[in-house]
Amino acid sequence: MRVIIIGNGVTGVTAATTIRKLDPTAHITIISAESEHFFSRTALMYLYMGHMQYRHIKPYEDWFWPERNINLLHAAVQSVDFNAKQVILENHTRIDYDKLLLATGSLPRTLGIPGENLAGVQGFYSLHDLAQLEQYSANIPRAVIVGGGLIGIELAEMFYTRCIPVTFLVREPYYWGNILPEAEGTLIQEHIRAHGIDLRLNTTVSEITGDAEGRVKSIITNKGEEIAANLVGVAVGVKPNVSFLENSDLKINRGVLVNQYLETNLPDVYAAGDCAEILPEPENKPVVEQLWYTGRMQGETVAHSICNRRTVYNRGIWFNSAKFFDIEYQTYGQVPAVPAPETDSLLWQHPKEKKLVRINYHQPSGKVLGFNLLGIRYRHEVCEKWLKEEKPISYVLKHLREANFDPEFYRRHEKEIIRTFSRQLSAVLS
Amino acid sequence: MPTSDQSLAIGYNYHDQTDTLQKVGLTIFTLGLLLLFLPSLPVSSVLGQGLFWSGIGLSLLGLVLYLIQTYQKSHPGVRNNGVWLRGSTSRGNIAWVTAVGLTGFYIILYWFPFLIEPQIRALDSFSQWLRNKPADHWLLYGTFYTIAILIMGLRALLKYRHSPYQIIRTLSVMFFQLGLAYLIPYTLQKLNEPEFYFSYFWPLKYDYLFPGTVGYLVNEPGALGVFMVFWSAVISLVGVPILTYFFGKRWYCSWVCGCGGLAETAGDPYRQLSDKSRAAWQWEVAIIYPVLGFIVITTLLLWINSFMSGGLLGSLSDGFAQTYGFFVGSIFSGVIGVGFYPIMGSRVWCRFGCPMAAYLGLLQKHFSRFRITTNGGQCISCGNCSTYCEMGIDVRWYAQQGQPIIRSSCVGCGMCATVCPRGVLNLENGPREGRYQPTTLISPENLRILS
Ligand SMILES: Cc1cc2nc3c(=O)[nH]c(=O)nc-3n(C[C@H](O)[C@H](O)[C@H](O)COP(=O)(O)OP(=O)(O)OC[C@H]3O[C@@H](n4cnc5c(N)ncnc54)[C@H](O)[C@@H]3O)c2cc1C
Ligand code: SF4
Ligand code: SF4
Repeated sequence: MRVIIIGNGVTGVTAATTIRKLDPTAHITIISAESEHFFSRTALMYLYMGHMQYRHIKPYEDWFWPERNINLLHAAVQSVDFNAKQVILENHTRIDYDKLLLATGSLPRTLGIPGENLAGVQGFYSLHDLAQLEQYSANIPRAVIVGGGLIGIELAEMFYTRCIPVTFLVREPYYWGNILPEAEGTLIQEHIRAHGIDLRLNTTVSEITGDAEGRVKSIITNKGEEIAANLVGVAVGVKPNVSFLENSDLKINRGVLVNQYLETNLPDVYAAGDCAEILPEPENKPVVEQLWYTGRMQGETVAHSICNRRTVYNRGIWFNSAKFFDIEYQTYGQVPAVPAPETDSLLWQHPKEKKLVRINYHQPSGKVLGFNLLGIRYRHEVCEKWLKEEKPISYVLKHLREANFDPEFYRRHEKEIIRTFSRQLSAVLS
Repeated sequence: MPTSDQSLAIGYNYHDQTDTLQKVGLTIFTLGLLLLFLPSLPVSSVLGQGLFWSGIGLSLLGLVLYLIQTYQKSHPGVRNNGVWLRGSTSRGNIAWVTAVGLTGFYIILYWFPFLIEPQIRALDSFSQWLRNKPADHWLLYGTFYTIAILIMGLRALLKYRHSPYQIIRTLSVMFFQLGLAYLIPYTLQKLNEPEFYFSYFWPLKYDYLFPGTVGYLVNEPGALGVFMVFWSAVISLVGVPILTYFFGKRWYCSWVCGCGGLAETAGDPYRQLSDKSRAAWQWEVAIIYPVLGFIVITTLLLWINSFMSGGLLGSLSDGFAQTYGFFVGSIFSGVIGVGFYPIMGSRVWCRFGCPMAAYLGLLQKHFSRFRITTNGGQCISCGNCSTYCEMGIDVRWYAQQGQPIIRSSCVGCGMCATVCPRGVLNLENGPREGRYQPTTLISPENLRILS
């Protein structure tokens, strides 16, 4: 079996290593344009901040690939001839496949406003973006970041460590307002401001102006204010990187459409990771998942499907984590920005430190629905188990200690948390 | 495409934020260092002594000023900004200058101590007060070593002030160095008792269980000598296994030991330089266990020899101790181990050469409750943990597969857990049952096949 994987990100690589485990004889080739070896995209910020060098963010040493008998081809795919079952490279070489996995990742979303093509206006996704950022952020008096999500705050921290003043534009009324409840967003936003970052809420950019050499000079906000800046970091999300596959029989909506086995509409062609749009059942809403974890899980699942062990993609209980400057964030289960109907929320905040615990539960039945944590770590396994088994909130509070994953000698807050929660609970019940 | 490591650093060019107070601190520090050389000039011994002590005082004052000002300007948290962009911490020019300077100091200390005779003499009255005898180069070394741990310990306390684990651990190494490896041995000398280090044990201090030392201590007048022999034997053979069973190797390597203490404090800026490659690990295994085996066999032979009244080895045994002491003790642990901090990282000796580490490591791997747990499927393979592991362990290799980290070389410094941006890692002493159990949240093979 000749398997070709386009894309050496976490999805493609997890698929390759899993296929190798399932089928010791498969002929596996990963074709990727960005880099010769797999690197951790999530660690790009640490290169800029100087915590690591490129070699440190390669999760496997270079001997790993020949030892696992996985061929790496550092090249760009121009198109795929699905009828002839061939991949066509930019240099017009054709390579045969028996099975093809598309794991081409994302591209940064653009703003669609005047001035967007000026030098110094850029997204932050690839190694190329990082190199550009190095070039354009050298010795600049101010940078503007557009978009209050995870990449936006990463950019803010990156500039902060290089002592570059930052103006951070966020469209929502508080930071990450489309995902986080207000208390969490507000806490993080105080922390952002404590770093001297000029955070503007309810603000977007409507125009970017340039100088004679075609470099960005300033931006104009939706409120008509002009802010001088020589770099504009655009962090308004990502979109599947699938344009080179258009104009073929492959079904594409936002991403490459796949079923719950991660199979496309064409035989022996699969898609997974950021570039895939999953339509589990025709009546369901299709989802595009653009996370490291989901890429890894989809890569694993699709490897089974490729090796003739068709497996349903099952993300399991939702989880995610991030770090906002120095505040660690974890979430398990469902904690939407605005609580769903019949949901109650228990909230504890440390009076001085930046720590917060929120537990959502289903009000009539009491079963626990989700956790949000800032500055406190919980055990993934424990939260997953409670959520899966739909433990009642009373049980969760009684066993809260078991969930704590903070390091040794850290102050535990369970007592205060449970006291606060019990008060809130009895207020609901009475 | 950044294929070489430097390429991304080219544009690194940020506004220098060193403020006046920091600059004053650095100036005072450098002036202090200069004063330390002045006693070498033809000056009277009183003046020499004055210059030397002012040198120590000023350099410490300058450094304290600089450190406090530097860290109070930043928020508490992981601050590895620019570590791999600055020459001093990424094997650049300044690192080489520092390494050559440190190595030179060791070479002078071991083989040409007469070159620093004036400095040694400047310590005479202090030495008389501390231990009732004139100073020698070992006292000078011990004093500098202890000062280094204390002042760089202060730096570690400031740098890691957000982490109670790091704070308590740093205080511990500072305490053990100052007390058990400095004040107590010298006070013992003052009381005409044998100089003895209660925080060093066989097989690191290999001769503590050699028949020669044991015989000498037991024959000392008073009960203290016998107690020292008892202490050495009991801790080495009983205390070490028990403590390692409950806490892992860390109770010693990153909480008590003086070599570890220096690595964790003065060596902290260099921890990222350890070699993470598989090849380095193969070297580690190939060197460290033979060193341990060598010590064990030699100790046994020496005892057999002593029971046979020298019939086995004759007078060869002294020769052994000297040769080993020279190659392993001086060259490996001193010149390479510390001198090369800025090039090879802070734990070269601990990782490749220390017989105690090998002994503790075997216990930790096979007979301990200690492990580093990984939190479910939260790892993003970023590599911070592996990069900042001073023992060159590829922590990420395990974390990204959801496996607990159980490695004989892990000294439990906790830095992997401290720098992890997703809070994935946690040092734990749990039950031995299921210690190697990986999480089911990554690669849940059996679950998948069901569906
Ligand atoms: C700065 C940043 C921080 C992030 N942090 C987090 C985080 O903390 N947690 C989290 O869960 N997620 C995070 N993410 C998201 C996560 O990194 C992505 O979801 C994940 O990397 C997607 O993996 P992938 O393998 O699907 O795609 P990618 O990693 O994008 O890999 C796709 C590869 O395919 C190559 N390719 C595409 N088209 C072609 C072609 N035609 N020919 C050849 N090669 C091609 C691309 O060059 C690319 O290398 C972050 C993303 C970014 C950008
Ligand atoms: S694995 Fe972690 S705790 Fe162990 S030595 Fe390395 S950094 Fe320290
Ligand atoms: S530092 Fe944490 S997230 Fe990064 S590779 Fe290590 S365990 Fe994973």
